[in-house]
Amino acid sequence: MSKLQQPYSWAIALVIAAILGPGTAGATSTADHSRFKELQRTFNSGPEVTQACLSCHTEAAKQVMRTKHWTWEFLNPATHQKLGKKHVINNFCISVETNQPFCTTCHIGYGYKDNSFDFTKQENVDCLVCHDTTGNYRKQPGMAGNVVTREMEFPPGSGNIVKPVDLAKVAQKVGKTSRDTCGGCHFNGGGGNGVKHGDMDSSLSAPDEALDVHMDATGNDFGCGTCHATSSHDVPGSRFAPTAKDTKGPLMRGKHEGRNPATCVACHDNAPHKKIARLNSHARKIACQTCHIPTFARGGVPTKMSWDWSTGGKMGPDGKPLIKKDENGHVIYDAKKGDFVLGENVVPEYKWFNGKVNYTLLGDKIKAGGIVPINSFEGSPDDGKSLIWPVKVMRGKQPYDPVNMTLVKPHTAGNDDTAYWKNFGWEKAIASGMESAGAPFSGKVDFIETEMTWPITHMVAPKADALACADCHQAASRLKGVPGIYMPRHSANEWLNTAGWGLAGLALLGVIGHGGLRLYLWRKGKK
Amino acid sequence: MSEKIYVFKVFERFWHWSQAALIITLLLTGFEVHGSYALFGFEKAVNTHTIAAWTLVGLWIFAIFWHFTTGEWKQYIPTLQKVDAMFKYYLTGIFTNAPHPFRATRLKKHNPLQRLAYLGVMLFIGPLIWFTGWFYIFYDKWPDWGWDQYLALEWVAFFHTVAAFLMLIFLIAHVYLTTAGHTLTSHIKAMITGWEEVD
Repeated sequence: MSKLQQPYSWAIALVIAAILGPGTAGATSTADHSRFKELQRTFNSGPEVTQACLSCHTEAAKQVMRTKHWTWEFLNPATHQKLGKKHVINNFCISVETNQPFCTTCHIGYGYKDNSFDFTKQENVDCLVCHDTTGNYRKQPGMAGNVVTREMEFPPGSGNIVKPVDLAKVAQKVGKTSRDTCGGCHFNGGGGNGVKHGDMDSSLSAPDEALDVHMDATGNDFGCGTCHATSSHDVPGSRFAPTAKDTKGPLMRGKHEGRNPATCVACHDNAPHKKIARLNSHARKIACQTCHIPTFARGGVPTKMSWDWSTGGKMGPDGKPLIKKDENGHVIYDAKKGDFVLGENVVPEYKWFNGKVNYTLLGDKIKAGGIVPINSFEGSPDDGKSLIWPVKVMRGKQPYDPVNMTLVKPHTAGNDDTAYWKNFGWEKAIASGMESAGAPFSGKVDFIETEMTWPITHMVAPKADALACADCHQAASRLKGVPGIYMPRHSANEWLNTAGWGLAGLALLGVIGHGGLRLYLWRKGKK
Repeated sequence: MSEKIYVFKVFERFWHWSQAALIITLLLTGFEVHGSYALFGFEKAVNTHTIAAWTLVGLWIFAIFWHFTTGEWKQYIPTLQKVDAMFKYYLTGIFTNAPHPFRATRLKKHNPLQRLAYLGVMLFIGPLIWFTGWFYIFYDKWPDWGWDQYLALEWVAFFHTVAAFLMLIFLIAHVYLTTAGHTLTSHIKAMITGWEEVD
């Protein structure tokens, strides 16, 4: 393994940034797509564009189809759990099941509207959503990832007219992925800007240095692909199986060797602190992110911290579903969804994490009375594989089946008579969702508290804003409650303190008494 | 009649006072790192503590060398002779102007109680503080050296703190007992000028 020197890795990173940076694609690409005959025509649908793409990029769709961007499935090699958006339950919009037309607005295909979607049809791969450079390629919710090709009113009845996308124009300007194309979905996870991750929202589309030292649009200008260096359309770095501890040192860009190129270490080495070596040794136990991401949701976009589905369904005085907003105009109650708590500049929680994530999946028995971990991060101070990671813990209350003791998948989105967002009836919505998933449902509904853990890894602050020693080395430490740590100034043996100060105090009292008596007798003797 | 004898050589006085300054610095910064109060700020306290500790290590190495080459190490040979007399003096005699039971000479600088106390500092508190301190400072390297399976930082810190408390208690008693010489200031003067007033 060659050890990449710091100046080198910087130079390489800068070159990559220049190549991948948004807006530069046209200048550096070897192809001007507007000159391709295949693209100089009218396109009536997304799949027609894809067929044109595939006439040259013959392997592209096959590559895409192997990825979880397409399958929405991920088999976790460590836990053997079948994950992916198709399968997991969360405590945001809960589940994709029966809600595909809405959820799959963010699928990279066309027409994934229900479980009958044909995952083998190459022309259904959406090339443009990732490779658009115009910013004009938009997909509307409820259309199963299809693109608007005719003028339409959206949302229906709103009077808002959505114009069709000029597919030929978009196709002729395709280029590398960008913060905007990746962000189109990843900034908006959970149903809106910044909702889900906490460390990813639209503020990262052109961040300043303080928000993200790497992505800084007028500085390093990294795109998503700079770190998530992609090969054969498979984007590395997944929260289903993250690399919690990368001990292998820097990774030459372009080389993969089965490693995740999106770790900090992959560029920075395992000992990046050249001046203060003590900080490097901290990295044995602490993820880089812990110090270098002091707070998340720093870009002015709030993230959801909690979501209580149990309070949904309230109507306003006008008889219409109630919506409440906070003083900044952010929705904090929506009859369709319940109560939200939003957060900005949030101090993360901290957990030992070894990269293994266990999910509570549909059918897993849950325990009443407690808090159900939607997922849980595995890790311990002693396994040698864990680091202390900053996390966003999304807290919620969501429906479950109190007879079968399982989480449930409700049918929420849609305009039909079982959709919760239409009828506000949980029993029907859940019966419909569970039937579609082929899972048993007792007909009874109750609500249970849940927690979901999200790793915080974006919005890396400049080094001057990193945590200082005292943020952790004090009694009211950020790491308070993290098990298995002894830190100076944070942990002390109270028994020892009592005994130590007690004995020192006695010694002091002793000498004061002794000296006082001497002084007294000396004065008395002088008289 | 009182007379003066030259007790402490230049190096001894230099060693004593720089050691005193370093130990006080180490106590002040150490107890801040421990979490007892805030004075310099954690980062500065750690850095100062580390620098002072290494300086003291250097000083000690030099002092050990000096003691053996000059034969002054003999000053610390323990004896129980007259220890009871010293105790008795501190408990009663000192209040009644009884004569000091010990007379310092060039060959015997320390009274028997001092010998025992300083030997205790050098053979018990010292090593305890040094070894736990070194373990502490090289905490980063434990995994590389395979020590992490035998050592826990919590216990290293515990014994380092125990030693610090013992040193603090020694310091309190030591500073007070400087006033318990033949006159109130004779010990202190001796440590500054080298010359001690004796009866």
